[in-house]
Amino acid sequence: MEDHFPSKTSGWESQTVITRIEIGMLNSVIDPMGNDLCESAEKVFGLPLEGARTATVFKIKADLASGEAERIRDELVDPVTQDAALDRRDPGPFDWAVTVGFKPGVTDNVGRTALVAAEDILGRSLGADADVFTERVFFLTAKGLGKEDVKKVALGIVANPLIHTVRVESRQEWESAGPDFSLPVMERSGGAKVAVVDLAGSDSDLERISREGILSLSVEEMRAIRDHFKGASYLEERRQLGLEASPTDAELEALAQTWSEHCKHKIFNAVIRYSEPGRPEETIRSIFKTYIKAATEEIGKRSDLLVSVFHDNAGVVRFNERWNVVYKVETHNSPSALDPYGGAITGIVGVNRDPFGTGRGAALLANVWGYCLGSPFFEKPIPEGLLHPRRIRDGVHHGVIDGGNQSGIPYARGFEWFDERYVGKPLVYCGTLGLMPHEVCGEPAHVKKVKPGDRIVMAGGRVGKDGIHGATFSSEELRAESPSQAVQIGDAFTQKKMTDFLLEARDLGLYTSITDNGAGGLSSSVGEMGCLSGGCDMDLKRAPLKYAGLQPWEILLSEAQERMTMAVPPDRIDAFLELAAARDVEAVDLGEFTDTGRFHVRYGDRTVAYIDMEFLHEGCPLMELEAEWNPPAREKPLLGKSGRLGADLKDLIRRLNVCSREKKSRQYDHEVKALSVVKPFVGRKRDIPSDATVMMVEPGSREGVVLAEGINPRLSDVDTYAMAASVVDLAMRRIVAAGGEPGSVAGLDNFCWPDPVQSEKTPDGKHKLAQLVRACRGLSDTTRAFGVPCISGKDSMKNDSVRGGVKISIPPTLLFSAVGKIIDVSCAVTPEFKRPGDLVYVLGVTRNELGGSEYLAMIGARDGRETIREGKPPRVEPRSALLLYCALNGAIRERLVRSVHTPALGGLAVGFALGGMGGELGVEVDLGRVPREKVDGDAALLFSETNSRFIVTVAPDRQERFEEMMGGTAFAAVGEVVAGCRIQATGLEGDRVLDCDVLELKRAWKKVLEEV
Amino acid sequence: MAQRDVRSLVITGFGLNCEAETAHALKRAGASVDLVHLNDIIAGKRSLSEFSLVALIGGFSFGDHIAAGKVYANRLKFKLADQLREFIEKGNLMIGICNGFQTMAKLGILPGLDGDYASQRFTLAANDSGVFRNDWVRVSVDGRSPCIFTRGIETIDLPIRHGEGKFFMRDEDLLRSMDELGLLTLRYVDPATDEPTMEFPHNPNGSLASVAGVCDPTGRIFGLMPHPEAFWSPLNHPQWPDLEIDDALPEEGYGMKFFRNAVEFLAGQGCAT
Repeated sequence: MEDHFPSKTSGWESQTVITRIEIGMLNSVIDPMGNDLCESAEKVFGLPLEGARTATVFKIKADLASGEAERIRDELVDPVTQDAALDRRDPGPFDWAVTVGFKPGVTDNVGRTALVAAEDILGRSLGADADVFTERVFFLTAKGLGKEDVKKVALGIVANPLIHTVRVESRQEWESAGPDFSLPVMERSGGAKVAVVDLAGSDSDLERISREGILSLSVEEMRAIRDHFKGASYLEERRQLGLEASPTDAELEALAQTWSEHCKHKIFNAVIRYSEPGRPEETIRSIFKTYIKAATEEIGKRSDLLVSVFHDNAGVVRFNERWNVVYKVETHNSPSALDPYGGAITGIVGVNRDPFGTGRGAALLANVWGYCLGSPFFEKPIPEGLLHPRRIRDGVHHGVIDGGNQSGIPYARGFEWFDERYVGKPLVYCGTLGLMPHEVCGEPAHVKKVKPGDRIVMAGGRVGKDGIHGATFSSEELRAESPSQAVQIGDAFTQKKMTDFLLEARDLGLYTSITDNGAGGLSSSVGEMGCLSGGCDMDLKRAPLKYAGLQPWEILLSEAQERMTMAVPPDRIDAFLELAAARDVEAVDLGEFTDTGRFHVRYGDRTVAYIDMEFLHEGCPLMELEAEWNPPAREKPLLGKSGRLGADLKDLIRRLNVCSREKKSRQYDHEVKALSVVKPFVGRKRDIPSDATVMMVEPGSREGVVLAEGINPRLSDVDTYAMAASVVDLAMRRIVAAGGEPGSVAGLDNFCWPDPVQSEKTPDGKHKLAQLVRACRGLSDTTRAFGVPCISGKDSMKNDSVRGGVKISIPPTLLFSAVGKIIDVSCAVTPEFKRPGDLVYVLGVTRNELGGSEYLAMIGARDGRETIREGKPPRVEPRSALLLYCALNGAIRERLVRSVHTPALGGLAVGFALGGMGGELGVEVDLGRVPREKVDGDAALLFSETNSRFIVTVAPDRQERFEEMMGGTAFAAVGEVVAGCRIQATGLEGDRVLDCDVLELKRAWKKVLEEV
Repeated sequence: MAQRDVRSLVITGFGLNCEAETAHALKRAGASVDLVHLNDIIAGKRSLSEFSLVALIGGFSFGDHIAAGKVYANRLKFKLADQLREFIEKGNLMIGICNGFQTMAKLGILPGLDGDYASQRFTLAANDSGVFRNDWVRVSVDGRSPCIFTRGIETIDLPIRHGEGKFFMRDEDLLRSMDELGLLTLRYVDPATDEPTMEFPHNPNGSLASVAGVCDPTGRIFGLMPHPEAFWSPLNHPQWPDLEIDDALPEEGYGMKFFRNAVEFLAGQGCAT
């Protein structure tokens, strides 16, 4: 059955004149974007361009009066560096013109702003149907290149065919074609339709319906849906609303989205049968509840840290008498693989809405980023349809930089991890820390309140086809036919306007609950908030659209960005909408929250969805899975000769996971808000990374937040239990290193896994699931012992790519992000050596733990052998570690230390090097004095990545008190900071085993990633 | 007139984002501060005439779409021109920081030669590097500058955070006369020599004549790319732990001098009238 009803929205009238304005850089001034293209063409393709000049085209679809086009032209151009013309300007000499526009329906942020600008300039509205579309034109001087070369440059560097249209013309073609006036308008489909999906067929029919519709529902889930509607107790209610015993398209889509792995965490909630040799099989009912939630609840009993955990968009912990902090880290992997810029900017502005949509909303204090990528120097063939890691890296950085910088939120942390297996799917982590008052208008700010009768209000951006199926799509592996509409392009500007307005509205008490429209769009945001009142009733026809022609189910599921949904009490709706208008923010009343127990969605008079709320949220059948762990045998590591240790250090420092990341990192605004105390880069020349960053929470606050993270996917290849324990310890000890209180730390767990469900395409699913179980145990045991609760998290479970018959799966990856508190920000400590004559201490015991280390990986790469089975992985001994952390924290609070650094990759050797590079000072150490346990050589001592250790420097006049404070822990003075820039170490045999020039190391360390 | 009687305005909205720290710096300097959304001024709910000091703050007005500060400048030009002209003619003070400076340049408020506050003479173009950069730079103050905000400052370390900060103009004669009048108030210098430099990263964007900030001939209107409001605390300085060891950590961030100068000037002027 199909129901047609006429659409009232008028389409675009063909008689409207299109005004074309072209603005370009004067040939006499530097054109950085053109220069960048030349540089990239040479670097990436070895294709020499003699020059590239850029221009922007604005195509204005509006009825303009005489002279108005000229006025807009004259006011948009920068007369100092640009010239402009109607229709077409003279670009000067060139050989090729490359025109890059957006495909129909892709968000054109600049075009949207240009329309506002044109209306300002003309002093009048251009009408509801007016629009502006932009294109970028590159005029290339490149005599030697043919059209294919130019196309390669265009598609390889400046355009992505998934979202862009690209035209390559020779000068002659460009001249004869004349200016182009075509617009990327969406094709209009007929009126709105509601289809009923027949689920009566066989299992293979159900499978096909799920696959073709990108629903990602299993046969069991499809059956559950069929059976629910067939036997629904509310069938009669449905009939009266014109519905049947089969779901509508909107209902099926809403269920698929709500039940998606992305939203429902089906694997984390599954019943798992776990086995390992020599042990009875165990049945684990939900690894989330058994390991993560249980540990947090236990910690909650002995701490007053927890305010709101797990159930909201972000976790909330107590900061001080006035403030709570709100933290969330998300991933945006699949969209970033398809369109790195758009996927990544959407990732950061999307996660901003998580703390913003928690409770009644938090102000946004800081962002964090982190990417797991293939090497930008990757030289092997890239499977068809995937982008080169260098391009992904450039695009992802660019997107996250734009998104955060334009939102005025400082980036407090960032990391990159490189591994070949991320070529198939990059991991793009984006996180946001928010600050929330304990109370708003006399009520707890972390509690959402929704009452029957409250209005359902959506504010911010408009609804388009963007991002439809994002939630279900991210729950699948990347395939060649992955949908382009899964790509959204975030707009920080629209969101900033919205969040400014909503914070104002929050403090005026104009709404009582807020959540974001991310995965699943309105279906998810209204559906979830509706649980609090017991139902909802909304009309999709009231939602403002980007363009006509969206079907009701598309409006319901659209993941178009920059939208929040609020519950507004009826007596405040007028004030809410008035304030929105005064702040140029679009807000609409879509309907009301109810207590009917039904998820009721209409399009005008027609009901398009009517689902039992309980079935929607609780009806998804549990998965039953199998996990099997076969611990691989460990071998004794084969190490290099000890005479080479200096050369080893030089090699190690240049490795991709160790070298400097400063070039890209400097493009992230890390100081807006002027609250930063320990920045991402510190040291004499501001060029070595801090272990953790420290910032005030408001101007003048003594107390501050400390942020750090731990990640080490290579350890997963050894044992995911050790991996998880190690990353928790790394994050924790980094917080402590900067001066954070050990008892104040809370964490976020972000799991990114290869598909762990055993199937034909995943024959090692049981092993991967066992890895997941073990990682959860490591996480649970370590967080419990440290008293660090997990307050929120995320899992992304299908990080595989199947293209051209090649399956690439990521290594199991757990990012642990930690937030802690520092009592007095002026006590914060940085890692660089400060003054010659300062004593150098090593705190904590070094063990023979080279398994999974950077050092063994380097030796493996050098000698051409697999080293992952060699050596023991680092373990965590939480009891002694915690004692050490508390003692060091006391010393820091007494201002007894000059520098603290906690070694990670590359062990003590790289740790000493970083301290030296940061202070541009040398160090002399005697390895024989380093506290150790069963360490049999200098290499193991220098390069073991044993957890829970620090390198600390102390001024001689504080030595006595410092040593007193550290009493009862394993520590030793091992040497001294020296003038001059040499790192010198005496080995266990009393010989000099290390003698390197710090500045030479620093040059090598910086050079690697400066070249891409 | 007491300093707290100096009424300052921070205009907010449309993607600007440095309102909290700018307001904090002004408050610390003793002024009273109002944060007002641009739309409330355009709608007539508030007026520039209530204030003697206006801060056009940093951020990304209209997302920097089209060009940094351009769309915002047009909005001021077409919706607020009269109020702005009056405000300036009364001898009030105005500071434009980063996006505010870009807006001033595109609006033509600076350099304000011959009483012309509405003609664009220079621009802040895309950095030569083509990318946004956040770092600290050292700038020196031209001793001849009439600028009120920079009084008593010789050199100062400040953070920069921009993608379009390259001071550029084509009219070399005009540049020379601006220089002679001391209007090229701030210059990026090499910290080793304190001499103006074209070398990256000390000159972070390729600015012509190393210019980081410009004032009008009265010294009352001032725009700059670096962020003095982001150096209100000594702990904002990236090398504060080092300065602390040498006992060289100041009581408050040196960036406060810009705001203290302005507020003291206005307070003193109030007493005189």
